[in-house]
Amino acid sequence: MTVAISIRDLHKTYANGFQALKGISLEVEQGDFFALLGPNGAGKSTTIGVISTLVKRSAGDVQVFGKNVDTHVYETKLDLGVVPQEINFNQFEKVQDIVITQAGYYGLPRKQAQERAETYLRKLGLWEKRNDRSRSLSGGMKRRLMIARALAHEPRLLILDEPTAGVDIELRRSMWEFLTEINASGTTIILTTHYLEEAEQLCRNIAIIDEGLIIENTNMKKLLTELDSQTFIFDSVATISESPQLALDNVCVRKVDDKSIEVTVSHGRNINEVFAALGDKGIIVSSMRNKTNRLEQLFLSRLNENGAK
Amino acid sequence: MFSDHRYIAFETIVIKEVRRFSRIWLQTLVPPAITIGLYFVIFGNLVGRRIGEMGGFQYMEFIVPGLIMMSVIQNSYSNVVSSFFSQKFQKTVEELLVAPVPNYVILSGVIVGGMARGLAVGVIVTTMSLFFADLSIQYPLITVLTILLTSMLFSLMGFINAVFANSFDDISIIPTFILTPLIYLGGVFYSVQLLPSFWQIVSGLNPIFYMVNTFRYGILGSSDVNVYWAFLILGVFIVGLYTSCIWLLRNGNGIRS
Repeated sequence: MTVAISIRDLHKTYANGFQALKGISLEVEQGDFFALLGPNGAGKSTTIGVISTLVKRSAGDVQVFGKNVDTHVYETKLDLGVVPQEINFNQFEKVQDIVITQAGYYGLPRKQAQERAETYLRKLGLWEKRNDRSRSLSGGMKRRLMIARALAHEPRLLILDEPTAGVDIELRRSMWEFLTEINASGTTIILTTHYLEEAEQLCRNIAIIDEGLIIENTNMKKLLTELDSQTFIFDSVATISESPQLALDNVCVRKVDDKSIEVTVSHGRNINEVFAALGDKGIIVSSMRNKTNRLEQLFLSRLNENGAK
Repeated sequence: MFSDHRYIAFETIVIKEVRRFSRIWLQTLVPPAITIGLYFVIFGNLVGRRIGEMGGFQYMEFIVPGLIMMSVIQNSYSNVVSSFFSQKFQKTVEELLVAPVPNYVILSGVIVGGMARGLAVGVIVTTMSLFFADLSIQYPLITVLTILLTSMLFSLMGFINAVFANSFDDISIIPTFILTPLIYLGGVFYSVQLLPSFWQIVSGLNPIFYMVNTFRYGILGSSDVNVYWAFLILGVFIVGLYTSCIWLLRNGNGIRS
């Protein structure tokens, strides 16, 4: 399998002495949908900045599709599309002109650039706004415009730095569908996000970065199996008088309110046994849901472990 | 000079720059036309009639080349400094930096954008001057070459100013405190022959003095300086500034962290 991006022992110390990256090594395979997670200030945006050459690294090596970013500047930049965290297009330019100009920077002739702009503005639902000044767009539209701009030269690797920040849930889901679609068509995607549900739904592999170091780098499914326990909220059809005591090991039950209970089930415990035990106590479950996102639980536990070291 | 994709990138930058100053023409093209028009009316027409001749020409004829040059210098400089600083300030420069555009293409595009505005204003001012003076260009090649090189030189200076500027105040300090005095003392309104010998030597240290006089030589056929010497000075400044700009871009000063 071809490696889309390979980072070796990346260090970055800013002029004020802050050490943002302390030796990161990472590989993302071609075609992957990869999540790069971490708390604020962990080093995610610095890593993206180094890959896109906006941040000068202090040490280390970056290769895009097997080519060094220093020695193969043209080829590696051509393979890369970046959607930054902050809005960074000219707010006085027309929507269509922003995409066409970006395509021009990548050497696309004007006619082809116009066609690409139409393709991606249509796909991202911005075609009707093509002649509007970009400052008149809503926050979600501005985010989509940055995605259209990054795709104008059809890169093989797309890096998105919190693309759905501040975007409403309906729009976020439509962006997920779009990203899933372009990933299925062969574009490798690296995503940073604070919405862990988003990472869990979209990404196949994951790295967690904290204080400038990678503290976890694994397959998403494998990571989720490492959960020690899961907590569910069960809604009851009838009123629950008191917290039911279940005769099951590794299951903890707590009443939340008159019609719902919180059940913590340890890893390996069959959840059907919980339903059966609740039925014995006369509790008929009408619905259930995870109390917190599974990845969120793991993410916080990894950060706590790293903080304790 | 450029391969295909690089030429397209260069053309894209130039189009973007020209579109920018054309979109805000009320701020970029009209004010210099009004200012220079007032110079023509007040200094050239009203005051100039009382002055009589300067350097062997009617005062109006004498100041026209200097005023055209002044408008080209100021507008080339201010276009680049304001455009590139705004891109830096709004982070839109990142669009260019992540793309496979070599530094010399970025610099060439921005500089040609600055020259385009300087020359556009120059054409407007020249057209206006025809209402006040009969201009017959004596040496067209020297005239065109001087205006192009001067415009390029001050676009490069504007770029350096933009790279080092950290606030909008920083982009007005050099035009106000350095550029304007050098232009006014560069022989736009008077012949250096009028000055005492000490101040004639001091004027010789002002590079704008050579540009104004070479341009005046191209139009009127008369100059206070040696034209070849002036071109040499222009060439040295351009090479020095261009090298500095490329170094700043490569080093990422003010644009890469």
